[in-house]
Amino acid sequence: MVDHKSTPEEADAPEPSAPSTGEDGASQASEAHHWWRLITIWLVVSVLADVLFLALVGPHVPPGRMTSTAQGASFDFNVLIVMALPVMIAIWVYMVYAIVTWRASRGGPEPAGGAQARGHFGIQAGWIGLTTVIVLFLAGFGTYELVQPEGAGGGQGPNPIWTPTSHTVLQVQAIGQQWKWTYRYPSFGGFETNQLVVPENATIAFHVTSLDVIHSFWAYQLGVKADANPGQDNVAYTTPKQLGTFIVRCAELCGLWHGAMYNSGTVVTPAAFESWAKTTEAQLAANTKLLPPFSYSYVPDANGADGGYYPDNVDPYSTVETYGAPQPASG
Amino acid sequence: MALDTTDTSSREPSGFHPGQTPLRHPRTSVGSGWLRPHLGWAIVGAVVGYLFGHWLGNVIAGGYTVAQNSGTNNVAVVLGLAFLVVGWLTGIGALNYPLLKLVGREPAPAMPETSWVRYFRMTEDHKVVGMQYTIGVLLFLFTGGLFAMAIRTELLSPTNRIFGPGVYIAIVGEHGTIMMMMASSVVVGTLGNWLVPLMIGSRRMAYPRVEAFSFWIFMSGYVVILTAPFLGGFPTGWTGYAPLQTQAGAGMDAYLVGFAVIGIGMIAAGFNLAATIINYRAPGMTWSRVPIFVWSILATCALLTLATPTLVVAGLFGLLDRTAQTAFFVSEHGGSAFLWQNLFWFFGHPEVYIMALPGFGIVMEIMPVFTRKPLFAYKVAAAGMIGVALLSFFVWQHHLFQSGINPDMRPLFMLTTELISIPTGFLFLVTLGTLWKAKIRFEPPMLFMLGMLFNFLIGGVTGVFLSDVPVNVTVHGSFFVLAHFHYTIMGGLIFAFFGGLYYWLPKMTGATLNRSLSKWHFWTMFIFFNMTFFPLFFVGLLGQPRRVFEYAQNLQPWNDFSSISAYLLGASFFLFICNFIWSIYIDPKRAPRNPWGSLGLEWQTPTPVPWFNFERVPVVLADPYHYGEQDAPPVADLGESELVTAGAGRAVVGPPDGEGDGDPRPPTE
Repeated sequence: MVDHKSTPEEADAPEPSAPSTGEDGASQASEAHHWWRLITIWLVVSVLADVLFLALVGPHVPPGRMTSTAQGASFDFNVLIVMALPVMIAIWVYMVYAIVTWRASRGGPEPAGGAQARGHFGIQAGWIGLTTVIVLFLAGFGTYELVQPEGAGGGQGPNPIWTPTSHTVLQVQAIGQQWKWTYRYPSFGGFETNQLVVPENATIAFHVTSLDVIHSFWAYQLGVKADANPGQDNVAYTTPKQLGTFIVRCAELCGLWHGAMYNSGTVVTPAAFESWAKTTEAQLAANTKLLPPFSYSYVPDANGADGGYYPDNVDPYSTVETYGAPQPASG
Repeated sequence: MALDTTDTSSREPSGFHPGQTPLRHPRTSVGSGWLRPHLGWAIVGAVVGYLFGHWLGNVIAGGYTVAQNSGTNNVAVVLGLAFLVVGWLTGIGALNYPLLKLVGREPAPAMPETSWVRYFRMTEDHKVVGMQYTIGVLLFLFTGGLFAMAIRTELLSPTNRIFGPGVYIAIVGEHGTIMMMMASSVVVGTLGNWLVPLMIGSRRMAYPRVEAFSFWIFMSGYVVILTAPFLGGFPTGWTGYAPLQTQAGAGMDAYLVGFAVIGIGMIAAGFNLAATIINYRAPGMTWSRVPIFVWSILATCALLTLATPTLVVAGLFGLLDRTAQTAFFVSEHGGSAFLWQNLFWFFGHPEVYIMALPGFGIVMEIMPVFTRKPLFAYKVAAAGMIGVALLSFFVWQHHLFQSGINPDMRPLFMLTTELISIPTGFLFLVTLGTLWKAKIRFEPPMLFMLGMLFNFLIGGVTGVFLSDVPVNVTVHGSFFVLAHFHYTIMGGLIFAFFGGLYYWLPKMTGATLNRSLSKWHFWTMFIFFNMTFFPLFFVGLLGQPRRVFEYAQNLQPWNDFSSISAYLLGASFFLFICNFIWSIYIDPKRAPRNPWGSLGLEWQTPTPVPWFNFERVPVVLADPYHYGEQDAPPVADLGESELVTAGAGRAVVGPPDGEGDGDPRPPTE
């Protein structure tokens, strides 16, 4: 306790030894007691939580099982949850235990200060060691899960470093613009449509770019997300494994109608895709001629910088490699 | 033995020794009160400044093609806002000292003032500035909170719109900017400015004028940010990404000027606090005796001073792009939109820890008082916060994981981001160790500390999910992120901040806060906070991006649950406001000198704390965590005529404190 009148000499007295020796034996015994109780509760609760999670929630974890990357992300999420739950439960169990056992209203003994309460080399070293091991494992695991499935569906920029080994990669360009997504299929003459159709069991390379500001192409069920940067290509790979529809949303704030910038796409069988693509290519042939030639990026629309976008009923296309009006600088 | 105070006493800077200044002044004010600078003049200055700057901008650039084509002269808006800040600072008197020095006149020395008007002036008393900051933070918090209520109202329905998309996006931007840049980053100014000199046994701040300047420039930043809605708002959210920034309307100018101005305030606040902590520690206040809260502020200052200049520069680049037609962020003219993202997040991620670290410090400082135990692993705690501060400069690109920049760097930034969870986790090592075999008193501050630990654990662990790139593909830019950082910042810092207010307000104001209202505030805030933000993790995982006003039909129950909880969370703050006003102004009950039985130096001073804090600079003899020790050394030697019993006639400011019983032991329950 503070004693303002004490002489300075007392201050440098050696660290007071642990509290009275009489209690020492009892407190040692109850220390082990606390530890065993805590470990038992923690073990039971966390095993239970992990098992329940894996059995009930694990199979349904977002973003689902539609593509290879979605499956990878779900698996990763499950691994992280299975590791995180015991950690969180350890701390919560301890906190609840402390609140119940050591609250002042229970009257317990006065807490013992001194060197013992100020630190414990084993506990500190153990804590630091354990958290380091967990963190290094997670970083290694995350890196493996990023590199092995060709970038895990994330945007890899114009020159992807983790590329699929498959020879047949279908290229699909996703063009973000205020405020909609359009798609071009370079293997089919580069037609542009607002329908996103991809075949099952084929590796897809999404080339994401933008005509104005930064958008983010988020095909939720496909487990794909890549920012759409103006004037730049951003590649993300995935392989659809299931038929069905999926949602595409813009995941980067892109202005006024960002909140309403979404559409949907479908995964179809390879045969159905082939026939859809050929039909659409033929239908849109006249439009495609007016489009700028397929390119991995386009010069941003001069109107785009003023917040304009080309309306659907106006022919926005010129023959220069620019969407919309020519640039003032070049024109 | 002899105290080793001889060498440390030389730390007291020469030149202006506080002891040389008389404790009592013959006059309490200079000149006529109303003519001297105060908030009213600042407002006048701001209005005049804006009008002048706007006129000047029109003279300079009114004829430019870009201004005539777009109908908006950004030069006029930017100059108007810049001169608004200058006019504000002139009106508050921030320029008096440097200008008088410049013309060779000696400015009048600062005088203690007892009238309530001092809270509306530029003052050199760190306690007054601390109170100004406190009211400022609450103002920012409640302003941002009202915007949050509007956001949750819009999200009640997946398709029906309450606001138009333009208004909605402006609200989102205002909420984010005020909360991140003002309410949360200024917490360091509130408790940091009020407590640091008292905790380290100093009579003053190192740069009191810089300190006051930092507060008043923050306030001008608040005014500038609030002009944005009147200029059409800004559509970018608080992150301000270019090129959306470049194409946005005049509201964006308010955002950029506001950020630069707030950034200058943060740098000033950080420099002053760091210089004070390093140079103004009392004799005997060695680095191993410094209260852990001061360590947290020191780590925060490192971030404030080193990271914030990046923001100011980025804001300047943005302003040049918008006014002088430069192309820092315009890719088709040789700039790069990535440049803004890099600069912004190079500041932005340390900024996150500017918000987190003071919270850690508050929790670790308060925990020992209510457990009656020493702080567990003090050195680990201090090292952990310094480690967080250092590592936080190496993680910023995790905000760009899906942007396509440096894809090969993602494993590195995944590693650094996960590494930072090691020193962050020390918070739990230290607090859980302190709880071990303790005697926990559930006073309101302690409840907030335990609530903070509960929330911050969720926020911290979900941060690891975000750092894992494959999982990040799904959760990046979704409501999962939103829930994560609300758990760390609101669940962490704001809980710690309110706990800190309940803990220190009795010393700061001399009044006791109503205990049961405090507890009601905690329980409502804790429950409704978790009800508001926990569902948002699922909303994000199920595919809802941030900052949208339309979302999938199946997510409506989650969103509605969150919105209703958010209203209740907002209502819980009224309990605080009622408590604050009732306990301090309407029915004040004098607080004991040391109501919680703390050993901290700040509690050994009388209430209200005198102008110069300590009659004699204390000699610190031990760290303030010697709880539960029979033969604990005294924390500090406060001098022969103990201030604690000084009573009438000693205190310079306010009524004398006659009721302090001088007993630092905990009240018996």
